[in-house]
Amino acid sequence: MSASTGGKDPFIASLGKIYAGYTGGFAVFVVLLAILEQMGVPDRVIGYLFVVLTIGVYAYIGIISRTAAVAEYYVAGRRVPALYNGMATGSDWMSAASFIGMAGSLYALGYGGLAFILGWTGGYMLVAILLAPYLRKFGQYTVPDFLGARFGGNVARSIGVIVLLTASFVYVVAQIVGVGIITQRFLDVSFTVAVFLGLAGILVCSMMGGMRAVTWTQVAQYIILIIAYLIPAVLMSAKVTGVPLPQLMYGFALERIEGLEQGFRAAGMTPPPGVTGWHTAPFIGANGAFSWSAAFNFFALVFCLMVGTAALPHILMRYFTTPSVREARQSVAWSLFFIFLLYFTAPAYAAFGKLEIYQTVIGQPIAALPEWIRNWQIVSPYGTPWINIVDVNRDGIVQWGEFRIHPDVVVLATPEIAGLPYVIAGLVAAGGLAAALSTADGLLLALANALSHDVYYKMIDRNAPTAKRLIISRVLLIVVAILAAWTAGNMGADILFLVAWAFSIAAAGLFAALVMGVWYKGTTNAAACWGMAVGYAFTFGYLIWTEFYGLSFVELFGTKEAILAAARQTAALPAADPALKAYAAQLVANAGQITDGALSWFGQLILTTDSVVLRGRTVARLWTLNNISGGIIGVPLSFLTIWAVSKFTTAPSQAMQDFIDDIRIPKGGVRLVDRREAVE
Amino acid sequence: MPLVEDVKDPQGARVAATDQVNGAAYWKKTSGLMWTVLAIWFVAGFGIHFFAPALNPIHVLGFPLGFYFAAQGSLIIFVVGLFWFAKRQNEIDEEFGVQED
Repeated sequence: MSASTGGKDPFIASLGKIYAGYTGGFAVFVVLLAILEQMGVPDRVIGYLFVVLTIGVYAYIGIISRTAAVAEYYVAGRRVPALYNGMATGSDWMSAASFIGMAGSLYALGYGGLAFILGWTGGYMLVAILLAPYLRKFGQYTVPDFLGARFGGNVARSIGVIVLLTASFVYVVAQIVGVGIITQRFLDVSFTVAVFLGLAGILVCSMMGGMRAVTWTQVAQYIILIIAYLIPAVLMSAKVTGVPLPQLMYGFALERIEGLEQGFRAAGMTPPPGVTGWHTAPFIGANGAFSWSAAFNFFALVFCLMVGTAALPHILMRYFTTPSVREARQSVAWSLFFIFLLYFTAPAYAAFGKLEIYQTVIGQPIAALPEWIRNWQIVSPYGTPWINIVDVNRDGIVQWGEFRIHPDVVVLATPEIAGLPYVIAGLVAAGGLAAALSTADGLLLALANALSHDVYYKMIDRNAPTAKRLIISRVLLIVVAILAAWTAGNMGADILFLVAWAFSIAAAGLFAALVMGVWYKGTTNAAACWGMAVGYAFTFGYLIWTEFYGLSFVELFGTKEAILAAARQTAALPAADPALKAYAAQLVANAGQITDGALSWFGQLILTTDSVVLRGRTVARLWTLNNISGGIIGVPLSFLTIWAVSKFTTAPSQAMQDFIDDIRIPKGGVRLVDRREAVE
Repeated sequence: MPLVEDVKDPQGARVAATDQVNGAAYWKKTSGLMWTVLAIWFVAGFGIHFFAPALNPIHVLGFPLGFYFAAQGSLIIFVVGLFWFAKRQNEIDEEFGVQED
């Protein structure tokens, strides 16, 4: 397994030129469209050109990168330089949620939204120091490969595959919904058609060339998405502050927002539902005072997102593609740098958008609102208009609480809010599409590889010839893609909350086993299998229980006051199972007979257990933690299980010790316990 | 735990790339670096933000300091920290002669 430096490879050597030319070409294309717009070409056509041309480029890269070699298909031939792997990881990582959703969450939650910024960046430190170099040294094709080799074969491999499939599938469905939302708006087709159009774009990239095609497409997608994100923010900053450095200048916007919020409060107004009235204040409740629950939720979410980042297989598998261990480490740093460029701009986006709305919309007569608001008063897939102006007190003036904007629109509408030409709106749409497509590509490949390589090749037919393995990979890719698109088309936006679950599930299922496998030589096969199974089952079960059976959860862990409150909430739900509502109503009627739950001592251990109405359900919160942070218990539990079971099972063999010694140092080969597993 | 019974067609490496003593010393130093970076991670990811309410009244260029750390400061520490880690780990590799060929 000698590390090829790639220095002599003419393709690798000319990458800089290729992508510089591509970036220049894209810039010329944008300028050309801007000129066309000035000449009176309709907006619809501009939107079409953006979507069709960028997808065309990705498809072209996908087709020229087609391959029939296994190492090319699974790990891009292991010759992706650190810098380019960093870019590819960046776009693999930044999904529709990052590109479209994050600035919106920051707009709504203020400081609370920064948990996403911290969580989705800090996790890379864990990737770099704990996992990436060692997985690269191990040097096979997938994350379950590592679990299988380190923990004695198919049991560990199967559990890894189950966790991977669960986490990646809910994640990919959400990406396809994102593709659908953007395509729907800019191509003006129905949501289902949009979903399948987007799917065609995704498949063309990944099917022919596997990891190789996905890698070079993702680099191209990164370039488009970062340009599309930075340009509107720069223009916005120039407009508001006169200096085109949004990341440096939005402090002044924050200061003005604080002042305006104070003015609104003094005038007796309240913020719209779901939006904080104190943009920069940390850890506050609805009344603006310090809240332990808010602080606890903030740190728990940061923790779950960080650990989840370090456990998601579609990210970890990107570090199998670098030429060396050294470059794998370098590559994590580059990944984080490229992700950082977008993430440290997002709060600026949110601040400028909020300031513009507070200054130019709030307090204006509804009849005299700017044109862009009317463009976005169309109904979203969530059932309410994207921008909804509800004149609560019927005075014809927009009050603070009467302007309701869906968080997903903040980025997409910014160009119009700032009065920029339509070509910028098209650019942002192309960027959002690139973000969603690139993540969907990476996830679909992770799913299809787990099924074709880990399940079919490693567990069912060890003698399958290369050609057959690659055909099966491609067929499975299409099957998984269609299944994901079908789920997205049928469940639509209702499924988006599942994305956050993917992090907790991956974190609790995989992180402990991967880390202990490298860092604790005493980890036994049984311990790792138990650790993964316990973390996964506990977290997944906890999420389902609190989300769909919130009342029963509170009945077990809550005090009698909490049970009564949950019963009241459930009885008042507009659309719930009648039997459940009747049961809740009966509980309320006999309130005097309610007693504390059997495990209410546990439910009060840190903070109290309560429930909130979310997504049309009564959702339980253990220790007032939102279930988005479900991994906060699952991750330590998984570590604890692995450590405890290791104490009671026979220590790993000498051959296993040798294997661990080998993956810990960059030099030399890897002595596998089962040498038939060797791939190179 | 049961190992593989028959190893008929051996492939892959057969020998260790370095001797036991050197390997152990290398791993000790690597672990030290890991714990150092993990500490930086904890302070930048969590520690500073415990003090966000106390830091926020301080404004720099308009930024409340607590908000600034969560939105930008910690991120810069993460990025710089990772490049430093990659460089430092390479030095350790070379010190013990276990870098790749």
